[in-house]
Amino acid sequence: MPKVKVKRKSTFIDMTAMSDVTVLLLTFFMLTSTFIKKEPVQVSTPSSVSEIKIPDVDILTVLIEPSGKIFMSMDRQDNIANVLKKVGEDYNIEFTDLQLKKFSLLPSFGLAIDKVKSFLELSTDKQDETLKTLGIPNDTIDNQFKRWIKHAREVNPDLRIAIKADRTTPYPIVSGVMNDLRDLRENRYNLITSLKAGANADAALN
Amino acid sequence: MAEVNTDKGGDKGGKNKQKKVTLRVDFTPMVDMNMLLITFFMFCTSLSKPQTMEINMPSKDKINEGEENKVRESSAVTILLGKEDKVYYYLGMPTQEKYEDPDFLSESDYSAEGIRALLLEKNAGVNRLIKELKVKLQAKEITDEEFKLQSSEIKKEASKTTAPTVMIKPTDESNYKNLIDVLDEMQICNIAAYAIIELADGDRYMLFKKTNDPIYLTEAQRQEGGY
Repeated sequence: MPKVKVKRKSTFIDMTAMSDVTVLLLTFFMLTSTFIKKEPVQVSTPSSVSEIKIPDVDILTVLIEPSGKIFMSMDRQDNIANVLKKVGEDYNIEFTDLQLKKFSLLPSFGLAIDKVKSFLELSTDKQDETLKTLGIPNDTIDNQFKRWIKHAREVNPDLRIAIKADRTTPYPIVSGVMNDLRDLRENRYNLITSLKAGANADAALN
Repeated sequence: MAEVNTDKGGDKGGKNKQKKVTLRVDFTPMVDMNMLLITFFMFCTSLSKPQTMEINMPSKDKINEGEENKVRESSAVTILLGKEDKVYYYLGMPTQEKYEDPDFLSESDYSAEGIRALLLEKNAGVNRLIKELKVKLQAKEITDEEFKLQSSEIKKEASKTTAPTVMIKPTDESNYKNLIDVLDEMQICNIAAYAIIELADGDRYMLFKKTNDPIYLTEAQRQEGGY
């Protein structure tokens, strides 16, 4: 009986083509996408048919949480440091260069000015955790929100203000922020929305 | 593909004998790494930029009497945003007896058959012209810039004559989504003249008459009426 010879076949698959495809995909993602900014609270913006895109630079985003906490983020780090310095001067708080630097690296901020120093001492994880519970005070007694906006405008005159609020935010809270902006003669601003799926202005008309 | 042919031409005895050495590079780890990077980019980035809605609010500066732009009564539409996604509207100006009439205020919703149908009908003249313009745009007879310019001119012209002026009055019970929805309707219905205005006491009273819900009333009104 002759031995049954099992022919050994190499299972080597050529991965070069696959590699080409993945590199192409990677390049596509790197070029077209922008990084998601870390935000202290998750808000779901309401949808609209508006198709205007938000500009890339000189944006001051005002984040409004359903319970009324306000957070802010600016896209230029040198601006943030200058604004903090000016707001600090208003309240007679001086910040060291290191503190300014640390503050400007935060992705978004929103806390009472007297808490900034102790906040900067915390570790990054702790910062994220505590920031959720803070928020810029904008009540009638001590409206720090107005000061932030005012100084942000002084530092960067080209700044555009964008309001990003959760869809469930009660109107009085939004109207409070709008009134603050109105007091500062900031009458033009943007409201951030997400695109309504499957619906646009043309479809509604036809 | 990933084979490198290296010729080792060895001349021996005049015979041209070529020995082929195949050099294969295994690309599997490379693919693994790329996939990992792609996954990372997909999770950490957003492809689309968020949309925005540009809004102009009136300034708080006092305007002299007379300079104030008066709204023609026939074209005025007032939209009240109530609680639980309800919309109420009335046309024209309310008078003393109309405050007492619960039918003066109509109830509506944010759907296409609701407030949109009303506004489209009110603004029919403008919408027809804009539609004609859009057909031209699709047929490439005019450019995008021309379209924008002409449509804004149509709106401007109409606001002097027939186009409605919409006053949006959100109650404290409405939320941000309601506000955006209504602003959206303004865009869909091509309404150029609209404003967000604080709720007046009379509007509160009408809402109360309509819904029998004292939540719309102010504290003072509640005491006055003994509710």
